[in-house]
Amino acid sequence: MGSLRGRDVISILDFSRDELLALFERADRAFNEARAKPLRDKVLALAFFEPSTRTRLSFEVAMKRLGGETIGFSSEEGTSVAKGETFADTIRMLDAYADAIVVRHKYEGSALYAAEIAEHPVINAGDGRQHHPTQAMIDLYTVYKLFGAVDGLTYGVLGDLRYARAANSFVLGLTLFRPEKVYLISPPQLRAREETKEVLRARSVRFEEVERLEDVLEELDVLYVVRIQRERFPDPAEYERVRGSYRVTRRLVESKAKPSLKILHPLPRVDELDPRLDETPYAAYFLQARLGVPLRMALLLEIMGA
Amino acid sequence: MGAPADQGLIVRRIRDGTVIDHIPAGRALTVLRILGLSGREGLRIALVMNVESRKLGRKDIVKVEGLSLTREATDLIALVAPTATINIVKDYRVVEKRRVKVPDEVVGLLQCPNPTCITRKRGEPIKPRFVKVSESPLVLRCVYCGTKLGEEDIVRQFEGAH
Repeated sequence: MGSLRGRDVISILDFSRDELLALFERADRAFNEARAKPLRDKVLALAFFEPSTRTRLSFEVAMKRLGGETIGFSSEEGTSVAKGETFADTIRMLDAYADAIVVRHKYEGSALYAAEIAEHPVINAGDGRQHHPTQAMIDLYTVYKLFGAVDGLTYGVLGDLRYARAANSFVLGLTLFRPEKVYLISPPQLRAREETKEVLRARSVRFEEVERLEDVLEELDVLYVVRIQRERFPDPAEYERVRGSYRVTRRLVESKAKPSLKILHPLPRVDELDPRLDETPYAAYFLQARLGVPLRMALLLEIMGA
Repeated sequence: MGAPADQGLIVRRIRDGTVIDHIPAGRALTVLRILGLSGREGLRIALVMNVESRKLGRKDIVKVEGLSLTREATDLIALVAPTATINIVKDYRVVEKRRVKVPDEVVGLLQCPNPTCITRKRGEPIKPRFVKVSESPLVLRCVYCGTKLGEEDIVRQFEGAH
C-alpha cells in the first residue's frame, strides 16, 4: 500500500529521507509489481505546456507498464490554451478526467497553483527554473544504485546553477541526506540561487562555491552536470556571454578524477559533456535516464495508492 | 492619546476614528494607500508629516475620523510602518491602543517581482501570496516561486501604486 497516497509532488523538500529510501526500494521491485497491472483502472494526465522528451515519455511508459492509461498534450499548440484558456481551467478539466496530473510549465509556482486547484494529486514535472522533484528522485536513486548510499559522498554540481531546475532540485535533495561535501561549480554569472544556499546552510550541509572544475575534480565521487538553460535567460546577450563557459572533457576526467567517479546529467546535453566520455566507466547518465522509468513507476504506485 | 500638545495647533483632536501615530517620516501617504483611502471616500482625514518625535526623531501621523480600523487592516500598516501605533478613539477618548504586527500571510496586496512567477501570468485568476519569513528586518517570501521581498521593495510597490 502506498504511503504517499494522494500526495502532491511539488518540491523534493516535501519528502523525507525515509520516504525517499522507501521509494528507491519500491523502484527496485517496480517491474515485478507491474506484472499484475495494478493501475489498470487509472488514468494519468500529462500536461506539458513546455517541451519534454524523457520526462513525458518515461511517465507515459511507467503508467502503461503498470496497466494504466494516459491522456494529455505536449505543447500549448492545438489545445484550448492557444485560444486563451487559463491554466486554472485547463487543470480543472484534467482533474475531472484523470486520477493524477503531471504538469510542466514555464512559470515558477505553476505546479503548486495546479495542486491548489485540483482534487487529484499533482506531480511537478518542472516549473520554470524552480523545481523538478521527480528528476531529483531519479538522480538520488541513481547514486543509491551506484554507491549503495547517498550519504558520505563528495558531490560536484557543475553548470548553470542559477536557472537549471534539475540542479537546484538535486542540491535540495542532497540536503535530505548527509553528503560529505557539496561543491557548487559554476561561472560567476550562473551561481546557485540564494534560496538554495540558505537551505544548505539551514540543514548544515558543508558546501563551497568554486568556479573551476579542475580545482576540485580529484575530490569528487559524483559529478552532476547540467546544460546552460538558454530558454530561461531574459536577455539573449547574457546567454551569449556564458555559452560554452564550461565543458567536461574526457582528457580532464581521465587525468584528474578518481577511477570511481560517476558522472550524472539529467539530459539533454548540448556541448558541456564530451560524448567521448560515453564509453568510459565514468558515464552514468544513460543509466540515470533508464532508471527514470522504474522510479516513476514506484512513485505512481505510491501516489495512486496501489 | 489624542494629538500631543505641540501639534495641537496643526490638527485638532478627533471625536471618533483612528489615529495612526509613529509612522516613519515621509510614509503617511503610503499608509493611506495601504488602507485603500484615496480621500474620495468623504472621510475627514488629517495628515501630519515630518514632525518631531522623541522615539523616531521625525515622524508622520494620520488621523481618520469616522472610521474604526479593524486589526486586519491596521496590521497591513506594519508592512511599511513597523513602528506605527494605532489609537482607536471614541467620543474624544482613546478606547483601544494597538501595536501593528506584520501578518503571517499577505494575500493579494503585493505583486511578486519575479516576472515568471505564476502569479504574474496574464489573465490567470490567482492572487499573489506571501508568507512572513522574518519581522525585523521585514522579509516576505512568495509561496509560489520563493522570491523574497524586503521592506524597501514593499514600500516601493506602494509608493509606485496609483
